Amino acid sequence: MNIKDFLKELSNSTSVSGYESNITNNIVNVFSKYSDKIDYDQLGSIIAIKKGVNNFSNLKIMLAAHVDEIGLMVKDFDDSGTIRFTSIGGIDPRTLVAQEVIVHGKKELFGVIGTTPPHLQDKDKSDDAFKMNDLYIDVGYDKDEVKKIISIGDIITIKRNFTELQGGSVTGKALDDKAGIVTMLQCAKELMKLNHEADIYFVSTIQEEVGTRGAITSTYKINPDIGIAIDVGFGRTPELDKSQSLEIKGGPGITIGGNIHPNLRQKLVDTAEEYNIPYQFEVESGPTGTDARSIQISRAGIPSLLISLPLRYMHTSVETIHMEDIKKSGNLIARFISEITSDNLEGYLCY
Amino acid sequence: MEFNNDLLKSLVRTFSPSGNEERIRNLIVNEIKDYVDEMEIDTLGNLIARKKGLGKRIMIAGHMDQIGLMITDIDKDGFLRFTNVGGISPLLSIQQRVIFDNGIVGIISNEKIDDKNKLKLEHLYIDIGAKDKKEAEDKINIGDVCVYLNEYYVDESRITSGCLDDRIGCYVMIETLKSLKDTNNDLYFVFTVQEELGIRGAKTSAYKINPDVGIAIDVTKTGDTPKAERFAVGLGKGTAIKVMDKSVIVHPKVKDIMVDTAQKNNIKYQMEVLEHGGTDSGAIHLTREGVPSGVISIPTRYIHSSNETIYKEDVENSIVLLKEVLKNKFDF
Amino acid sequence: MLLKRLTEASGVSGNEKEVRDIIIDEIKDYVDDYEIDKIGNIIVHKKGMKNGPKLLLAAHMDEVGLMVSDIKDSGLIKFITVGGIDKRVLVSKRVNIGKNKIPGVIGAKPIHLQKPDERKKALDLKQLYIDIGTYSKEETEKLIKIGDYITFDSDYVEFGDNLIKAKALDDRVGCSILIKLLQSDIEYDLYASFTVMEEVGLRGAGPAAFKVNPDISIILEGTTCADLSDIDEHLKATKLGDGPAISLIDKTTYFDKELRKLLVNVAKENNINFQYRKTSVGGNDSGSIHLLKEGSKTIAISVPCRNIHSPINVMNKLDYEDTSKLLELYLRKIFEGGIK
Repeated sequence: MNIKDFLKELSNSTSVSGYESNITNNIVNVFSKYSDKIDYDQLGSIIAIKKGVNNFSNLKIMLAAHVDEIGLMVKDFDDSGTIRFTSIGGIDPRTLVAQEVIVHGKKELFGVIGTTPPHLQDKDKSDDAFKMNDLYIDVGYDKDEVKKIISIGDIITIKRNFTELQGGSVTGKALDDKAGIVTMLQCAKELMKLNHEADIYFVSTIQEEVGTRGAITSTYKINPDIGIAIDVGFGRTPELDKSQSLEIKGGPGITIGGNIHPNLRQKLVDTAEEYNIPYQFEVESGPTGTDARSIQISRAGIPSLLISLPLRYMHTSVETIHMEDIKKSGNLIARFISEITSDNLEGYLCY
Repeated sequence: MEFNNDLLKSLVRTFSPSGNEERIRNLIVNEIKDYVDEMEIDTLGNLIARKKGLGKRIMIAGHMDQIGLMITDIDKDGFLRFTNVGGISPLLSIQQRVIFDNGIVGIISNEKIDDKNKLKLEHLYIDIGAKDKKEAEDKINIGDVCVYLNEYYVDESRITSGCLDDRIGCYVMIETLKSLKDTNNDLYFVFTVQEELGIRGAKTSAYKINPDVGIAIDVTKTGDTPKAERFAVGLGKGTAIKVMDKSVIVHPKVKDIMVDTAQKNNIKYQMEVLEHGGTDSGAIHLTREGVPSGVISIPTRYIHSSNETIYKEDVENSIVLLKEVLKNKFDF
Repeated sequence: MLLKRLTEASGVSGNEKEVRDIIIDEIKDYVDDYEIDKIGNIIVHKKGMKNGPKLLLAAHMDEVGLMVSDIKDSGLIKFITVGGIDKRVLVSKRVNIGKNKIPGVIGAKPIHLQKPDERKKALDLKQLYIDIGTYSKEETEKLIKIGDYITFDSDYVEFGDNLIKAKALDDRVGCSILIKLLQSDIEYDLYASFTVMEEVGLRGAGPAAFKVNPDISIILEGTTCADLSDIDEHLKATKLGDGPAISLIDKTTYFDKELRKLLVNVAKENNINFQYRKTSVGGNDSGSIHLLKEGSKTIAISVPCRNIHSPINVMNKLDYEDTSKLLELYLRKIFEGGIK
């Protein structure tokens, strides 16, 4: 499958943290073409395994991109039938005002997020941001009717269709981190053309947005020699400082810092140089806010890397990314993987 | 079902702040020993009681510790200073009576402070009536712990007491154990330690047991008091089936089993979406390769005060729900 | 001198190599096995004739510091903090950058040019930068790379009444005590770990404990000390000169009561000064260690350090010696069957 089509399919489907099983099949269908075996951890992370060649020392490289997306959840009803909600994962309530949503009850209900109209608000409060408690969802039914279809605990998603912008830029919801999964696919495709000794574990991790939980359980299960997290990084916009953002079309962001194995990171940089793949750096002093955080300290410690895809407007429903960055990131990881052998790995891991 | 007031009363009166769960553990051991096949106490002090079956390994966890205060300093006039063991509110602590393991009773009071909103634990002290440092040191050592002195009140429908968090969970587990004749599943009833310090006992005991499914039994707050933060759980509206909190998103299949079981057995229940807090399932579900986990909550007002308040009816519904849920095959 | 070498080495969290090399050099002839694990911890086994509980002694190698995040066109260097550093200690300090220890300074706008309001506010990281004496990006880039680690420039000084000033006493003091113990001819079977990345979230200790799987762990630390000026008695977390600080409870661990009582008894029996760590703030490697796998018992013994997490940590030599002595007597007690 074309990587852009796959991104569209994933972005348009629903996989709020804890409720990812909805798109398990989409992922299995695509990855089974490029892998030898599909497995799962006990919480539902999806593990596609591609065997290496002459892998006598059972070398294992794990790639992790998270399959879950941020979302909303029904927490209560008003007498008027409107729905009150909370967020799953970090959502800025200001981005929710006047959005269209789908409430996933016994059936899917269309709704809109409303607020008190401006002429009924205190004038001196018009500069104040709306809080989650100020917002409600109107699905057009009264309370009795709503409760027949919707229960407390049901998932809500923003209604947003994936679309293409100019010159290879695309926009949609939940590109964080479905773009990471697509990057794994690009890597898997590329690996079909290359030799690799290690068995590759393409892991679509669950519940990253609520605490990298799928990375904890899947890494424990796999116990890899190297773990590579693929997540999104802050794409540069005018208000962001250069030192805290990544240039769009600048290629994969390679993270430097304590969470990252220094020699393997250097190998990644060398690989990028060798194959003329543009790259950029991202600096994080402590544990990163990605799956790499949990991968590194699983069991007796796992050397870990982090690749960040430049993405604008993170955690909104208009996340924007460039296909070129996805492609280059996937290619870089594939090249890196094909150069790791049981013979040279020991050298790289030596402190 | 007869409500076992005597049992609950002795559970909440037993001194066992986090890290000091010996007394409550002994009480529970005596209470359940005839109803389980084997018991074990692990390194951190969790009590693991097993009722054997051939089916899935299910870990049922309720924490037996309670919040408390630890003495860190004794001044020249015999006043004690302390730090918190778990979530102690400075405001709620003022003029509370506390009791130590050796029976010494003290009163918490505060230094003169102009703005009560800025009150911190370091502004509070405990007065045990000692006239000087030496007299205080004869009774209390640095490192000793105390808890709020507790009074148990019960009427037709309601119970008010300190420490219902989470002795009521222990109560639900004990009463469930007593009512279970035999079991298809392999049940591990774990009375955990140090939950109030960050869900610690559940973490190590779950690693040891390596269960297929986890179910925590704990209190949850309510949203049914004047101008309370919006929250759909209320007293007397049934046992609460958790959907999520900060520590866990309940596995959808476990949640569905709980809801189906409640509906089939006509058990009064409500759904719980909690925006703060966490419980033992938060640790259990991330054990090893992951453990699908859920939570049965007992709605409780005024949590972490001496006046935690529950409805007996909600407790009874929780017991029935747990008992029936444990009969499921958990084939997923 | 060992403590001088250890504190003057660079070992910002995630970049502990210099410290690790010194430690390995010091211990390799005295232990039976050692390895550097996959994230950089040193894990040591010193076999002994006397067996007891499986014992792990832990000290962390890393220190707080800074890291290069960007190089400006002017050649000036932007940075981020690594670990908990109060930004107010940074201004007007000398630092060393990267492997080659390029010297630099953290400057500030002259006070004359600051408005009265500005002077009242702490300088934010955004306002701070490092000057290495270069005047263009190209010049700086010849010497400095993004991601380079930065340490305070602070040498080891003995002063006052038995005091030592240095950087990184937290936790080179623990490393030093542990190295000396491993070098001695004790006959107990011991595991030791010199861990990485404690200051950024107790990261190294978990994997080390996963590997060793100890019954009992003793964490050796440099801990916060607030004993000067007019601070209330009960808020003095520890006092310099009052001996090793024994932990009761902190944000990450309720330390084992039995281990603590035994330790206090050993101190009392041998007339060794000791104090309780009177605060529950902070945490140490115990937080990760005691919850690994099926759980284990832990205790922490610390040397009090004033001005912790700054370039001017201050400790008392007598506290160091008392800690060392207490540790050794405590081990003897444990191996004589003091703990079941």
